This record gives sequence, structure tokens and C-alpha cells, in this order.
Amino acid sequence: MTRVLITGLSRYWGGRLAQILENAPGVDLIVGVDTREPNVELERTEFVRIREDYAPLRRIVEAAEIDTILHTHLIVDSTATTGRRLHEQNVIGTMNLLAAAGATDSPVRKVIVKSSTLVYGSGRGDPQIFGEQSKRSNAPRTGIERSLIEVEDYVRDFAEDNPHVIVTLLRCANVIGSDLETPLMDALKLPAIPYLSGFDPLVQVVHVDDCASALAFGVEHDLPGIYNVAAEGMLPWSEVRAICSKPGLPLPPFGSGTAAAVLRAARVVDLPPELLAMLRFGRGVDNKALQHAGFRYRYSTVQALGDLLAGLRLKAVVGEEEPSVFYQDDLENFLHRHALDRSG
Amino acid sequence: MTEVERRRASRVNPYFEQLADEAGSLLPNLPAVEAPGRVQDVDHWGRSARWRELSRVLYEPMYRYFFRVDAEGLENVPAEGGALLVANHSGVIPPDAAAIMHAIETELGRPVYGLAEHLFKTVPYVSVAWARVGGVSAHPENAHRLLHDEHQLALVFPEGAKGPAKTFRERYQLRRFGRGGFVEVAMRAGVPVVPIAFVGGEEAMPNLANIPGVAKAFGLPFAPIPVPFYLPAKMRFKVLPPVNFPDKPNLPRYSKGRVMEYADTIRDMIQQEIYAMLRDRRSVWFG
Repeated sequence: MTRVLITGLSRYWGGRLAQILENAPGVDLIVGVDTREPNVELERTEFVRIREDYAPLRRIVEAAEIDTILHTHLIVDSTATTGRRLHEQNVIGTMNLLAAAGATDSPVRKVIVKSSTLVYGSGRGDPQIFGEQSKRSNAPRTGIERSLIEVEDYVRDFAEDNPHVIVTLLRCANVIGSDLETPLMDALKLPAIPYLSGFDPLVQVVHVDDCASALAFGVEHDLPGIYNVAAEGMLPWSEVRAICSKPGLPLPPFGSGTAAAVLRAARVVDLPPELLAMLRFGRGVDNKALQHAGFRYRYSTVQALGDLLAGLRLKAVVGEEEPSVFYQDDLENFLHRHALDRSG
Repeated sequence: MTEVERRRASRVNPYFEQLADEAGSLLPNLPAVEAPGRVQDVDHWGRSARWRELSRVLYEPMYRYFFRVDAEGLENVPAEGGALLVANHSGVIPPDAAAIMHAIETELGRPVYGLAEHLFKTVPYVSVAWARVGGVSAHPENAHRLLHDEHQLALVFPEGAKGPAKTFRERYQLRRFGRGGFVEVAMRAGVPVVPIAFVGGEEAMPNLANIPGVAKAFGLPFAPIPVPFYLPAKMRFKVLPPVNFPDKPNLPRYSKGRVMEYADTIRDMIQQEIYAMLRDRRSVWFG
């Protein structure tokens, strides 16, 4: 029987995982924490509002006898927030979270952290495919990479200091899904997809459903260590554009940062430096370790893109929200209320 | 099939498709793109069988009629399993990699991945072309994956940039074979090293002199004054018998002493073979 605490309940991943775990028979209790109200329909998840630095977490963990912490709320998109809040959320937040998990007499036996393949960077000296043990080839230059690396250092220290706790670190590749708002998704949704002239790097993504399943897989199974989460196969960026049937928007190979600044100022798209580096050198990761542990991906990189396009085509017709879901929920609520009225 | 159906079926820009059709009629036997959903055939190394085939077709006249390459000892290249091909490197724009890859791919039908300096990855257009025709950056993890996990042939020039950087006066005097990293890579992958002695590259594009200071100032591997085009030097290379290592594969560390000893032995094999080939060579241009 598992009692789970989810961080970032009101963000995409927290909400999504809470919904998945609500249907998992082995999960007794789900507590979600965040700084704001959750925005998805939840049945049995308990929400606790906390500060962004997770300061009161230890008392929640003790009171609810939490044995599994699912840390979904690491910011991996540098365009989503400011540098200071990024540090506060990622580094200080994780520090406090791990302090709560590692306190004396803490009931926590498992910690799952959703990190990103951004920790590998993208550089000229990279191996073609990063294994979990591969080192980055250059010093991190962006705040987001530095903060994630700092977080991973804390997680590693925590795992070493608490050998009785199973610590799973999932490094997710760029996630593809029509509901997501990330710089990569923004770039793919443009009428012309930006690229660096003279470069055609290999990129690897992961389907949003696979990424969510991988996190849930971590809750259900014991996976100590680091695992890359990425779909099978790498595609040249030119092929990604061809599959999307969109023309390219060429950026100069040198001074691409300035070109990106112009696009940002013109409110076309915000291409952060870590994405520009990927559009120059690409990034591939080895996804075998998680598969050896028993996880099965539903989508390859090509299939993930295909599903994204299908999702975007649907959205173009029915709009941003999927109304049927809401009607369904309203109906359920109505029936539920009336059933209660009759019985009580 | 009507034009509209064709477009729908492929979802590829029809202009490119037309281009590919035209190229296909000129250059027969381009391999098909097979994986479902894919529109290109670029593998996870960035290599494309179609690009490779195209470059072979374009390079063939150069190989046959300009450099008149003689490849000997190709039976020493293993027919299956991983092997690390190790050759001497020469000429300002070294013609050796293309010739060796071409010979092995056409004669033996095995793909060869060329390991080289990652500087290539930073140059626009060159980075793409280089990867598509089989270039891979010479990272030890890349070599291990190619040789151990994927049982491929990889070609490496342990002299690195020091080979092409040597001047015409120093031709065929092999430079240091790095720090023997190639031996360690082969030991760890559990594959043999196949030495190759290459003659003719030095005369194809000689380096007359190195400009002092320039390379350092611009971060280049070397700054030569070359003959600015290829000369029709007769090329000949000889594949020597594979060198197997008794060491266990996949060890975290190998004795640096043993590694250097092997590296020196292999370098010496190639150097001696080059001397033998030069003794036999009557003319730079006619062999």
C-alpha cells in the first residue's frame, strides 16, 4: 500500500500523475502540494497549499505518513519563469523536500524526481548518445541547466545518505504533446519552423503519455538510480519539419542568439539558449536502462510526432479545450449528487 | 496515381520529391527509406545510406581515374563483427578517409563509420554533409557503441590533425599515435585493430609550410600553405592482418603502459609497411 505525495499538483505533470495514481489500486492516499489551486478534476487527491520553497513539508509528510514522494515540479523550461524563481523553486524547493524526506523517523521509503536531459547539455564534444553515466562535454552555460545539475547533486547526496530510500531520477527528453507549452512545442506550432542554417541535428523526444507512464512506473516499481526517458529513434530536425509539412524559418548559424532575441522581441517565439544549442548539435540519449527495468514505450520519436500532429489537427477544429470531457464530468457530478439525495 | 494522391500519400514537400525523383533517375539504386513514418533514412549516427550511395557514385570517377586507388589486403577486414581500422593520415585535405571507406564499402559491402575531430560539427553545412556520409565525432563512447554494441567498422586516424599538419619534407614520417586511446577503445570493445598503411596521400595535396601563429590565434588545428588543389598522385593502401588483444573487454581501466606498448607496435607496423611500399614505388604519379 502506497501513500504518495506529489509536488506541483497544479501544474501539468502533478495533475496528470494524480489522475493516473487515483486509478492505481495499490495507492492508498494521494496528497498534492502546490502554491495554487489545482486546475484538473481530482477525486480523492488531497490538496495542500504550500509556499514555493516547500518549507512546511516535513509536517505534512509525517502527519500523512507519506512513504513515496513524486517530485514532478522541477522547472525545465527557462522561458516559463525568472531566474530567481527558478532557483527558489528548483534548488531550494528540492533541498527542503529532501530534508523533509530524510528527517529522522521519516516514513519516506521512495523518492522519484522528474529531471530533464537538459543536464547533458548540447555541445560539439558530446557523444552521439548519452548514457546515464555519460558526462557533459562542456560547463553548463544556462541557468536552467545549472539549477537542474544542482538539484541532481542534492538528489545523489540524498540517495547516498539514505540507503534505505529508493531514489529514482528520471531524465526526460523534450516532451511532445499538443497540450504542452514548451519552447520546442511553440517552435513546432509556428507556421514556419525555425532552424539554424547549415545545421541539421538529430533530436529525440518523448511522447507526453510515455513520460507520464514512466513517472507512474517509478511509483509502482522499485527503480533505484538514474534513468533516461526518451522515445526510440532520433530524427534530423529537417525531417521533423518535413513530417510536420511546414517550411523552415532559417536563422543565421552565427549570431543565432541575436536572431532569437529578435524573434522574442517580435513575440514570434521564445527560443532559449538551451534550445538553440540543441538545434545546433542535437541530443540523443540511451533509453535502454528503463526498458530493461520492464518499461515499454508506446511511441517512437516518429510516432510521437505523428500523434502530436493528429492532436494539433483536432485542436484546430474543436478549439483548445476538449468540451466532451467537461460535459462528461458535469453529467457525472449531476448523477452523483442525485444518487446522494435519494440515498440520504 | 494523380498528383494530389501522391502528395497526400507522402506528406512530403512535392518539390523535394520531384528533386529526389530527378536525382533518382540520374543516380540509380538509391536505397529506399524503409522505416514507417520516416521520410529520410538518416540513422542515429546521422549517416544516410542514400547520401552514402550518392557520394560513392560521385566519388567513383575520382577513385578510379584520378587517384587510381589500389586496395590490397581487403581480406584482412573482418567480414562481420566490430573492428577498428587504423590508418596513417596525410594531405592537407586528407584524401585517405574517403578512399578507404569507398574501397571497403564497394568491395566488401560493409558500412564504415569515419571517426574524426568534433571540430567538423561546428562548421555549418560541413557538419551535415560530414555526418550524412558516415562521419562520427571521435568520442570514446561513440567508438564503443559502434564497435561493441553495434558490431560496426570504424575508421580512425590516431595521428589526428598532426598527420595532415606535417610538411612535405616530413612526408611519411608518422607522428605520435595520440596517447593510444584507440587501443584502449578497441580493448574495451573487445574488437581487433586492423592497421592500414596508406601511400599517395602526402603527394595528393602537399603542405608546403605551416604559417606560424595563425592556428593558435584562430583556434584551428593547423594553418598550412597547401597546394590548393588535388594532384593526381597514385594511391595505394594495404590492409594488414588484424591485431587482437588478449585483454578482457569492458574493464573500467586498462594499463596505460600496455596500451602505449600496443599503440607503438601498431604504429611501427604501419610505418614499416609504408617504407616497404615506398621502396616498391617507382613513380609518385604512376605507382
